[in-house]
Amino acid sequence: MRYAMVIDTLKCVGCSDCVVACQTENDVPVGYCRDWITETVNGAYPSIELELKSERCNHCDNAPCVRCCPTGASHQLDNGIVLVTGDECIGCGACIESCPYDARYQHPDGYVDKCTFCHHRLEKGQLPACVSVCPTKCMYFGDLDNPNSEVSQLLKNRKYKTLAPEAGTKPQVYYLI
Amino acid sequence: MQEELFTSGRNIPHIDPSLEIWHWPISVYLFLGGLAAGLLFFAGIVTVLGKDKEYPAAVKFASIVSPIALTLGLLALFYDLTHKLYFWRLYTTIRIESPMSWGAWVLLIITPISFLWVISYYSELFPKWKLNFKFFDDFENFLKKQRKNMAIALIPLSIILGVYTGILLSAFNARPLWNNAILGPLFLTSGLSTGAATIILLAKSKKERHLFSKIDLALIVLELGLIVHMLMGMYAGSEVQLEAMQLLVGGEFTLMFFGFVIILGLIIPAILELTEIIGYKVPVAIPAILILIGGLVFRFVMVEAGQITRYLY
Ligand code: SF4
Ligand code: SF4
Repeated sequence: MRYAMVIDTLKCVGCSDCVVACQTENDVPVGYCRDWITETVNGAYPSIELELKSERCNHCDNAPCVRCCPTGASHQLDNGIVLVTGDECIGCGACIESCPYDARYQHPDGYVDKCTFCHHRLEKGQLPACVSVCPTKCMYFGDLDNPNSEVSQLLKNRKYKTLAPEAGTKPQVYYLI
Repeated sequence: MQEELFTSGRNIPHIDPSLEIWHWPISVYLFLGGLAAGLLFFAGIVTVLGKDKEYPAAVKFASIVSPIALTLGLLALFYDLTHKLYFWRLYTTIRIESPMSWGAWVLLIITPISFLWVISYYSELFPKWKLNFKFFDDFENFLKKQRKNMAIALIPLSIILGVYTGILLSAFNARPLWNNAILGPLFLTSGLSTGAATIILLAKSKKERHLFSKIDLALIVLELGLIVHMLMGMYAGSEVQLEAMQLLVGGEFTLMFFGFVIILGLIIPAILELTEIIGYKVPVAIPAILILIGGLVFRFVMVEAGQITRYLY
């Protein structure tokens, strides 16, 4: 089992529904967010291109945040999801420094927090909140170890990229381009 | 021409626009850790070589500084934790892949030794404050006999501590300024140099001052070499490393880095120490204090500039 997310940048309109859904679902403190929207304009006028996408923790296969954690609070499940156990975290900030995507933050209560791929929802057989609310249905979630899953099929048939692959973290959020 | 304009809807405290996760306590901690590593290394090596009578500042007077530096350093580190009540979690596990974990363990071992070391010199250091407890005298005598053993343990431990202050940063691939293997040896050298400077400051005999001035001079030359090495490595590196280097060379931190670290903190003290060794009269406190300030500023520059460097955006 290897959970992964696939996001179609050609479908995303940057409405931020995923951001709000996550904040509501996960009780994210005001002013913080576990996922966010980026807009990138590429090229020079008149041939410019706009890319919109929703970003979050990439639940990296080679996760530096897990490696550098001195207490083991940051850990990775067998299904690939990277989690933080709040009452093992000392708030040293090492994992925040180690993440090339700046996907983590210090919760006002002191421990470190980030996207969980809605682990609690998956256990109930539901999709992550962001995926389930997207009005353009640009997000897909599933098991990459299963060659017939929607995510595996999309990655087989479409062109995609990952963010900062040169950082060597093997990110598991894929962007269709 | 290709242009890229990037906007993000994110504005998380301490994360955006650039990381502000590690603050001044971390810089101070790295400096004090390096200083203590330097002092304990010299105390250890002088004792193992059997020269402790000739160089009393190295083994005795300056060694008072190390437990103080380590305690303050640990307090600073603790102060920068955001989930302080769970501090003890550090010591329920050893994680070899995490520099912070094994650094915490090394500190747990070396800090008590630094205290025991001072206690072993208690009656020589504080002859006026005699403690009239028999068990304390016995303890001190016991430690006195163990000094050589402690010295043997201190040499590798202090080197690990000194290197660790650099590896703590260099292990972060995500921060291109930190992510170079030179940082470990560089911080160790800088730590040894600040240790030597403290010994010069406290030395009473000319012989001891001169020996440590010479050692310090060699360390400064080595440190300058390592800094050049670090910059050249980044210059030949990937785009993110080039950008990182530009913070130090021709960017926001250039004045601090070249002015305070390289010129005031290394080159001028080196010239002053050289003049003193040749035989001119120079108040040795000046180069020693400049080195200490330079070492501290160096940690500040690296910790702050490093957090600005990143892969994306
Ligand atoms: S995106 Fe960052 S926080 Fe998430 S697994 Fe990768 S390194 Fe860790
Ligand atoms: S802040 Fe918490 S989760 Fe992150 S490395 Fe430190 S102890 Fe681990």
